[in-house]
Amino acid sequence: MAVATEQQILDGLAEIIDDIVGIDKSEVTPEKNFIDDLDIDSLSMVEIAVAAQDQFGVEIPDDELRNLKTVNDVINFVQKLQQ
Amino acid sequence: MSKSQTTVVVTGLGATTPLGGDVASTWSALLAGESGVRALEWEGVEELPVRFAAQLAVDPSEVMPRQQLRRLDRNQAIALIAAHEAWADAGFAPPAKKGRAAKAESQADPEGFRVDGDRLGVVVSSGIGGLHTALDSYDVFKEKGWSRVSPFTVPMLMPNGASGHVGIEFGAMAGSHALVSACASSGEAVGYAIDMIRTGRADVVICGGTEACIHPLQMASFGAMRAMSTRNEEPRRASRPYDKNRDGFVLGEGAAVMILESEEHARARGAKVHAIAAGCGYSGDAFDIVLPDPSGGGQAKAMLRALDNAGLEPADIVHINAHATSTPAGDVAELNSIKAALGEEVSAKVTVTGTKSMTGHLLGGAGALESVITILTLRDGLVPPTANLEDLDDEVDLDIVRGEPRKLPDGPAAALNNSFGFGGHNVSVVFQRAL
Repeated sequence: MAVATEQQILDGLAEIIDDIVGIDKSEVTPEKNFIDDLDIDSLSMVEIAVAAQDQFGVEIPDDELRNLKTVNDVINFVQKLQQ
Repeated sequence: MSKSQTTVVVTGLGATTPLGGDVASTWSALLAGESGVRALEWEGVEELPVRFAAQLAVDPSEVMPRQQLRRLDRNQAIALIAAHEAWADAGFAPPAKKGRAAKAESQADPEGFRVDGDRLGVVVSSGIGGLHTALDSYDVFKEKGWSRVSPFTVPMLMPNGASGHVGIEFGAMAGSHALVSACASSGEAVGYAIDMIRTGRADVVICGGTEACIHPLQMASFGAMRAMSTRNEEPRRASRPYDKNRDGFVLGEGAAVMILESEEHARARGAKVHAIAAGCGYSGDAFDIVLPDPSGGGQAKAMLRALDNAGLEPADIVHINAHATSTPAGDVAELNSIKAALGEEVSAKVTVTGTKSMTGHLLGGAGALESVITILTLRDGLVPPTANLEDLDDEVDLDIVRGEPRKLPDGPAAALNNSFGFGGHNVSVVFQRAL
């Protein structure tokens, strides 16, 4: 899989979040915290992580998922693994 | 029964059924004697012994966002839909925020009346729970492995899921319960809700029942029991309580929810009252896991205990919404129980109807839906007819309403709603006309 740009990851993630929890794509910006800002619960985060693994072709272990608190955390994590 | 006990009134009604997506459409279809039963259009349906059911008139996907539906079992989604209708009908302000946020909201009062969350309870039952979720998730597990199973599988399949979701939606903190007793489940939910108010645990209780288990496995399982009608060539005529040619029940799906409230609380906010939830009686057959006790003693006890709980006499009863599932043995056995409970003289005067002839059998949703129907019957003074009753069984000697709706006399009136479940659970709820 080709390495995705920051914008591509953001767009892909926003689409997944819209699909799973129905939050408008424009709300999903890098600085947003999943729990505090986007009000996404922990079980939905598991669903989002599974969908993100498929979309970006990376493995997100449960230990790592706990540290991914903001949209930017996910972008950085995916970029790091893709490189 | 103590004379000083709190009067409990019904101030809100909601339903989504095989006859309509709300109470008004369901009620007008019932009065018109319409059937909600349809042929199933599944792949492989020809392999099943029964190929029809009473499916919802309005699919939840037509009224609920896709993202919300993916984390709710079908029975939970429709319970929420019916609960919202009942809540609005009671004149309460809509819940502005969900879950944790709703708690803080309960203090504020922007528009409409807001209930104190600590005085609000929930009793919503399902007899089966999230059958679709359990089976669909197992398919995903087998095909794709555990990591692709939805993390919401457990809350979606648990039978208290609907009760939990309704409690979260409306910020109910007095307690949220889910009584499970097969086809008696939501009759018992109404009874428990009455008790929550009478014992002072709550001022307002959202109560009802829901079921959505029209799945090939259910058709096969009930088919294996020989419990369902096999009138595959005429689905609309299949549910026919008291008819000579009845041959079993028809599976239905749907949800019905009521808002029960202490009379004092309802009066203080000037709420309209549909009826009085006068009491509830229970019994156990202690006889067989699926067959009713043929003596009818258990069913009669439930009716008598309901009257006692309500402080009423048999002569106060003018109408009965019977359990009447359209099985050869069950329908007549219940009529014998009615005679045993009310006596020959009173039984000869009551009007009896079997509305499962139109809605199908909602299992854990039946007691709540038929409670809503009984409330409307008393309120509007009209008994909906038993549909498909063409050739009355020779053993039926009570006044079964058929053909056209029957007008009830004005003035004081009380009615029973019977529900009996596998396991030998008998429940009878009594409602009184609000005058």
